[in-house]
Amino acid sequence: MSEPRKLRVATTSLAGCFGCHMSLLDIDERLFTLIELVDFDRTPLTDIKRCGPCDLGLIEGGVCNAENVHVLREFRRQCKTLVAVGACAINGGLPAQRNHLDLRDILEAVYETEGGLARGAHIPNDPELPLPLDRVHPIHEVVKVDYFLPGCPPSGDAIWKFLTDLIAGRTPTLGHGLLHYD
Amino acid sequence: MANDDTFLLDGVAVPFNTGQTILQAAHAAGRYIPHLCWHPDYKPHGSCKLCTVKIDGRLASACTTPATPGLRVENRTPELDEQRRTLLQMLFVEGNHFCPSCEKSGQCLLQATAYELGMMGPHFDHFYPNRPVDASHPDVLLDFNRCILCSLCEQASARDGKFVFVMGGRGMRGRKVIINSATGRLADTDFSLTDHAASICPVGVILKKRVGFIVPYGQRKYDRAPVSVADTQGDEP
Repeated sequence: MSEPRKLRVATTSLAGCFGCHMSLLDIDERLFTLIELVDFDRTPLTDIKRCGPCDLGLIEGGVCNAENVHVLREFRRQCKTLVAVGACAINGGLPAQRNHLDLRDILEAVYETEGGLARGAHIPNDPELPLPLDRVHPIHEVVKVDYFLPGCPPSGDAIWKFLTDLIAGRTPTLGHGLLHYD
Repeated sequence: MANDDTFLLDGVAVPFNTGQTILQAAHAAGRYIPHLCWHPDYKPHGSCKLCTVKIDGRLASACTTPATPGLRVENRTPELDEQRRTLLQMLFVEGNHFCPSCEKSGQCLLQATAYELGMMGPHFDHFYPNRPVDASHPDVLLDFNRCILCSLCEQASARDGKFVFVMGGRGMRGRKVIINSATGRLADTDFSLTDHAASICPVGVILKKRVGFIVPYGQRKYDRAPVSVADTQGDEP
């Protein structure tokens, strides 16, 4: 009998802090078990820049600019199952604290009127910079999301339980102690 | 007073006294029915609908329905819990519930109930309402971003004889808690830390200053035990 095909997994951080990725690494020696079960496609761990066809996509962070929208849509196109990982992907999190403020006011405050700025400082306007959205959105407001894995970040144990459930073909569940929003 | 009779809650007999509601009797018997706006020391408000149960096939709020002999009450069924999750999701997107930065996280009834019911995500689009924070009082901070309109602060403040918190406004975006002072600021009321109303809030609106992180995340009430256990041991928040 042939070996079961490894699942292909992609991960990315949009408007996130990479804390959820750090928490993925926090599964520690279980990483050795994981790489027996999955191959990584686009992810900061491989530095592959574009997402190919995948079984599973893990998205950290919400959507705060145009590039986030493009990356998120690429993941949705390529991944059979898409998971919102962590508080920011699920409700915008810390970046969404700007949602009740006017975007121009924020940019002016940060780049033009705050103390300590160089003389003549202005709002960056390089064409390579992705344009910020007026509000930060959780990813399920932009694409269909199949599963949510909450936490800030979800603990290594929660990520491990979630992934092993999913890989085994079960609906992922997190009981008391693993399901956390903080 | 002796127990008059019993009703069946998920097939198990619950004793009750005449005049008790289904939720009161269940709570006294150490049985958990999910709830947010109900508190054992106050009149039922019947607004959050988390305690909706099926009584002989009909939906009713357990906090306002009197217990009567022989009722067959369904509580933790997959169907009812699914509806409760939807109610919770609507509450989460209607306010600004950012648990990672909330002092109440780990001892919040809204959060603990969502854990209990396995709410993994918000499902709906977020409102991101712009609600004020009132830090004017020397001892207490008010953050209305987290208000779920349970009205317990209004009831508790009435019991204090101070009427500091009053429900006002209309509609989904208009309904809110109003501070009963000429300026609308808490500092301009006679509110004090010893008031019932200072410790009644089930979520993170009414917060005592300078104690927020004395107990770290991960070691708090609902971190230690789920709400279905913690709140049925005579240990209300």
